[in-house]
Amino acid sequence: MTARAAPAPARGVVARILPRSAVDGPGNRAVVFLQGCDFDCLYCHNPETRALCVHCGECAPACPSGALTARPAAGPERPFGLEVAWDATRCVDCGACVAACRRDSSPKAVAMSAEEVVASLGRQRAFLSGITVSGGECGLQPAFLESLLVASRAAGLPGLVDTNGSTDYAALPALVEAAEGFMLDVKAWDEDEHRALTGASNRAVIANLRFLAAAGKLYEVRTVVVPGSFDAERTVREVSRALVDSGSAARYKLIRFRPQGVRARWRGLPVPDDDTMAALAALARAEGVREVVVV
Amino acid sequence: MSASLSVITDRSLTYQQKVAALAKVGEETVRPLSIDPETQALRDAGVVCDLFEGSAPYRPRYVVPDYERFMRRGSAFLGLEPPRDIWEATTALLVLYRHVPSITTFPVYLGDLDALLEPFVRDEAEARKAIGLFLLSIDRTLNDSFCHADIGPDATTAGRLILELSREQKNAVPNLSLKYDPDRTPDDFAILAAATALEVAKPSFANHRLFASEFEAMGLGDYAIASCYNGLAKGGGSCTLVRMNLAALSPRSKGLDDFMGRVLPDAVERQLSYMDERVRFLVDESGFFESSFLVAEGLIRKERFSAMFGLVGLAECANDLASRGSSGAGRFGHDADTDALALSIVDRIASIVGSHRVGRLEANGGRYLMHAQVGIDSDRGVSPGCRVPIGEEPELVEHIIQSAPFHRYFPSGIGDVFAFEPTAKSNPRQLLDIVRGGFTHGLRYLSAYAADADVVRITGYLVKRSEIARLNSGGQSLQDTTALGRNAVNNLGVLERRLRS
Repeated sequence: MTARAAPAPARGVVARILPRSAVDGPGNRAVVFLQGCDFDCLYCHNPETRALCVHCGECAPACPSGALTARPAAGPERPFGLEVAWDATRCVDCGACVAACRRDSSPKAVAMSAEEVVASLGRQRAFLSGITVSGGECGLQPAFLESLLVASRAAGLPGLVDTNGSTDYAALPALVEAAEGFMLDVKAWDEDEHRALTGASNRAVIANLRFLAAAGKLYEVRTVVVPGSFDAERTVREVSRALVDSGSAARYKLIRFRPQGVRARWRGLPVPDDDTMAALAALARAEGVREVVVV
Repeated sequence: MSASLSVITDRSLTYQQKVAALAKVGEETVRPLSIDPETQALRDAGVVCDLFEGSAPYRPRYVVPDYERFMRRGSAFLGLEPPRDIWEATTALLVLYRHVPSITTFPVYLGDLDALLEPFVRDEAEARKAIGLFLLSIDRTLNDSFCHADIGPDATTAGRLILELSREQKNAVPNLSLKYDPDRTPDDFAILAAATALEVAKPSFANHRLFASEFEAMGLGDYAIASCYNGLAKGGGSCTLVRMNLAALSPRSKGLDDFMGRVLPDAVERQLSYMDERVRFLVDESGFFESSFLVAEGLIRKERFSAMFGLVGLAECANDLASRGSSGAGRFGHDADTDALALSIVDRIASIVGSHRVGRLEANGGRYLMHAQVGIDSDRGVSPGCRVPIGEEPELVEHIIQSAPFHRYFPSGIGDVFAFEPTAKSNPRQLLDIVRGGFTHGLRYLSAYAADADVVRITGYLVKRSEIARLNSGGQSLQDTTALGRNAVNNLGVLERRLRS
């Protein structure tokens, strides 16, 4: 193994920080959502975290509380000649800006250092088991992700990485070491189905499943079940076998598709019934998965 | 109809409940206490209230036997040798419970059960059966939710069995506390306790480090959690609990200055004098400490008895005074100025109570202990102790941080109750995180339950919803506390607590 250079004091693009959640890993965890994702899942529940803001300025007039201003700006990163500024103190969290955005982005994502993220948790810290870094896709900002995991761990808050698995974690040993564990989405086992569902290949995802499971770093694998969109049985069976083969203690969470937050054109995707979910859970258990959760 | 006849013909009372109620009627026929007219006026106005202790105290309100001594030495009066196995141990305890006095006729403290039983756990299957039958006997014969057992801070097989069996049996009795110390209580044991609490509303979590250090500093050493959440010296207890209804007191003042300078100190002095009189009769005249075999056998010692100065309705009092001061004053629980005002009220009470000495009681240098009382079933618009009113609760962490500064004033008990969404059961470690964070901020005691549990915590005690339903449909309930719970549900909206996710 070659020693990695110390990461630059990276600043991350942070979409949002949820100070306390009981459904993003064990115990209470602060969830740090990073902005930007390389998948385009039909059922994406927070599409406003997909793209980085290009400062087109279209959201500013939609803001009812004067929290957004578009000022003239120059430079290659400001192709529209504008810079959108967000005033958190005036924001009423109404969602009008992300509804107005045509690029699956948000003007509320901010650049932060790892230390700033940890400091922002303030008084909540004593009430947390750790943090979970999510997205967007947090693996797209590996230097920042690593520095955040290190800073958070130093503050007594071990970090879980909630990822779509597109980043090759085997090539990022320091990041993997700094993480308490990973929560990996396996959206479909078949590559073509995966591409149809997300617009991307799943080869890296499956490689990460095997790598993280064997490394003992896998806390949880998740599959969102959407009837008719992919072969859920095969996916559940293959994921289960991969977990069992590697002796992983990870739990497998089977998630029912729900339309809340999903973009309008995909909101009508079918919701699986209880029997479907129970049968998939039984399948995973029969394959030998230690813990199966249906939500 | 006479009071006795009305009890005798009441079809909603069990035989046991009638016997207890008739004893109360009998006690009320004598009035040996000397109460000055000003104090009596405050009692009549509902400001000072002894919570139905009775007119002639013939036993301390809270008796906290030294069960460890009983297990070591047995009892000559009861003709019991020290127990040698789990069956003898559980039987000996059940026998002694029958003879521990209180104002309910039922013992308010059942012992640190895990430590008491652990020496007798040799075969786990046998221990599970014995402890299971023991817990069942407690629920079916000690029919009062103020019967309180403790476990922890160390993990034991007996402690684990008590948690597992509590989860299986889903009984309201006994009330249960885990003395939690992050340095001593292993996570897996604490998480089992949290999971159990989310299923059956118990155990609650007691800040062991805080209690232990305080009782050490008071020279009392080992402590117990009894009744609702009352911290008391083991081998002692509390002669009386009298409470001040601050919600009823503040309207008697002309404003904040008048309240702090005249109305409050006067009422506190009156309540102290009433407590002194109750203690005087109990100690000097009733003969309790000269005649109880518990004293003769060293299971309780008079020098380990104090008395509890209770208060209730701080939120309503602070809101009333704040609203009469500057315009735009915010609500208790949400406004820093109103919270600071509330804290200054508690501080003022604590300083008067702390400078009062009663010569008859040696514990804590003759100073009474402060207690945040949880209310009585007939209270309306009076929040328990220092709690934020139901319906106005802040976000969970904000709520705990708001509440914590009040907790240090109340070594004999204060606590907050949080209701969780049923989904919280899938992540019990979350509750442990809340407990640890709360204790880091100085919280003394925390209770939790999930909104779909049959057993719910009313204010400090547990009641089954199914038993309330039975009472509402004209039937009887085995537990005398079910009726209290039903009234509190109606008057305090305790089933409407903010749900935490």
